[in-house]
Amino acid sequence: MSTSHVLLGLLAAGSQHGYELKRAHDTRLPRAKPLAFGQVYATLGRLQRDGLVVSAGQEREAGPDRTAYTLTDQGRAALTGWLAAVEPPMPYVTSALFTKVAVALLVADLNAARSYLVAQARAHTERLRELTAVKTAPASSLADVVAVDYVIAHLDADLRWLRTTLARVADWHREVHP
Amino acid sequence: MSGLQAHGVVRSYGPTPALRGVSLDVAEGEIVAVTGPSGCGKSTLLHCLAGILRPDVGEVHWRGERIDTWPEAARSRLRRTEFGVLFQFGQLVPELTAAENVALPLLLAGTGRRGAGRAAREWLDRLGVAHLADVRPGAMSGGQQQRCATARALVTGPRVLFADEPTGALDTLGGEEVLTRLVHLAREQGTTIVLVTHEPRIAAYADREVMLRDGVVDPTGLGLDEPLVPVAGPGAVAR
Repeated sequence: MSTSHVLLGLLAAGSQHGYELKRAHDTRLPRAKPLAFGQVYATLGRLQRDGLVVSAGQEREAGPDRTAYTLTDQGRAALTGWLAAVEPPMPYVTSALFTKVAVALLVADLNAARSYLVAQARAHTERLRELTAVKTAPASSLADVVAVDYVIAHLDADLRWLRTTLARVADWHREVHP
Repeated sequence: MSGLQAHGVVRSYGPTPALRGVSLDVAEGEIVAVTGPSGCGKSTLLHCLAGILRPDVGEVHWRGERIDTWPEAARSRLRRTEFGVLFQFGQLVPELTAAENVALPLLLAGTGRRGAGRAAREWLDRLGVAHLADVRPGAMSGGQQQRCATARALVTGPRVLFADEPTGALDTLGGEEVLTRLVHLAREQGTTIVLVTHEPRIAAYADREVMLRDGVVDPTGLGLDEPLVPVAGPGAVAR
């Protein structure tokens, strides 16, 4: 995920300073990894260097410097371009799950790979239940539901893959160790 | 003993065994998903637990009483009062409006027409379909029909709801709306749910999952073809 583009998106509505941007990020993208302040300021620095945002004045109160930032025309164009670009649909198989089973079959025996698959499927099932509870909780916001739905769909797909792979792992082991 | 229990339930259809000794313990207020591939016996188990089918061997207990030996009339009364049943296709009466469908179980139980009508509208409202009270099933979407059927299953205030693939005929969003409301209302009222499904993401609405495979409970919960051999002594593979 591109932090730069999220910050550009948050600035599209008007200038904000780093602290406000961090808060808005965590609200708008619930259940994402919270953004660290250091990362916000480092990203803003890069965006400024590239001419995508400019400093829009400082409020100096008792606390630290609070520099507000504004989107430039170039920044707005970059944001529009990013939003319009279709993400490549999974160009590589980059799943840690897949990699771990493949490596387990290389270095260990069949049962080690199967045990891993079983343990992983249990952890996935547990997480699926946890997130489904978030969806059914009356206090959940629509942003929560949409965020959780994304993860649920992926966990569900992973679980199907884990079960199919469990059924195939013995044959796969014979292919790796003929 | 409270709750619902099956002890060593065996049930065949002619020469074909559907359940080969299933034991299950469901606490009151618990939501349990019964899962497994097609033909594993999950619907048969639900029918035995709900008193629709009688096991060939084994026992079914509800709140400490053995119910599988009760005569059909008594089991049927139990299904009109303490048990509720919801199927994949809502099975609403096509000639009746939503409100009339939902009022039906109350009228059969002897509630007056006005009281039944009022309760029916209240339950349609809880399921988010109050606006369909005077509409017949033919003019509703599948999801709307299933929400009306859910209202009908809950209107009598059952202590246990048996739901057999209740979202099986619905698209993802329609299914979620039904389940979210069902689970929310069940938790609010302390209703026990036995939910039969073959989908992991539907089973995740439950507190726990019991997987059947070839008519028995699958202890791995994963439908493995062969039991796992422990890698490094006992306990290496979590059960």
